[in-house]
Amino acid sequence: MHATLFYSFFKSLVGKDVVVELKNDLSICGTLHSVDQYLNIKLTDISVTDPEKYPHMLSVKNCFIRGSVVHYVQLPADEVDTQLLQDAARKEALQQKQ
Amino acid sequence: MARDLSLSLQQTTNTVEESLDLIRLSLDERIYVKMRNDLELRGRLHAYDQHLNMILGDVEETVSTIEIDEGTYEEIYKSTKRNIPMLFVWGDGVILVAPPLRVG
Repeated sequence: MHATLFYSFFKSLVGKDVVVELKNDLSICGTLHSVDQYLNIKLTDISVTDPEKYPHMLSVKNCFIRGSVVHYVQLPADEVDTQLLQDAARKEALQQKQ
Repeated sequence: MARDLSLSLQQTTNTVEESLDLIRLSLDERIYVKMRNDLELRGRLHAYDQHLNMILGDVEETVSTIEIDEGTYEEIYKSTKRNIPMLFVWGDGVILVAPPLRVG
C-alpha cells in the first residue's frame, strides 16, 4: 500500500494560496491548482515573492513544478487541521511498518 | 509458528521497533531538524512520512554561514533566523530529527 498522506493533504489544499520555495532559492507564490502522486505541483496566478532571489518571470501566469525541486511549501496555518494530520500520520506510520 | 504470532502482533502493535517509530512519538511535540546546506528548523511536528517529508507548525528556521575576513582570515559565524507559521518540508533535505536542543 503506497503512502499517500501528503498527496491527500495537498489535494485538500487545492484552491488555497501557498508559497513554494525551490532548491535553487526561488520563491513562488500562487494558488494551488493541482498535485499528483509525486507531489508535483501546478500553481496558477503566480508571482515571485522574495525580491532578492527571483529570475524574470513577469509574463508567467501558471507553472508546473517538479516535486523533487521543492525545498519547502509555506502553508496557510488556518487552513490546516493539525489534529487530523497528526492522526493520519500515526495511522500511516503504522501501516508502513507492515 | 512464533513468526506467525509475531506477525499478527505487529498488526496492532504500538511499540517502538524502528527509527521511524521514534519520530511517531514526537508528533505534536516540538522537534529539531538538521537539514542540508547548514539549515536548522525548530517547530511542532504535525505530520511525517517514510521519506521524512514533514509538516511543521510555528517554525523557526536558522541559516548558518561562515564569512572569512579578507584581512585577518578569521572565520565569522553568522546565523539568520526567520519564522513561518506552517511549513511542508521535502524529506530529501533532512539529515536528522531530534527533540529540541536545550542550550544553557
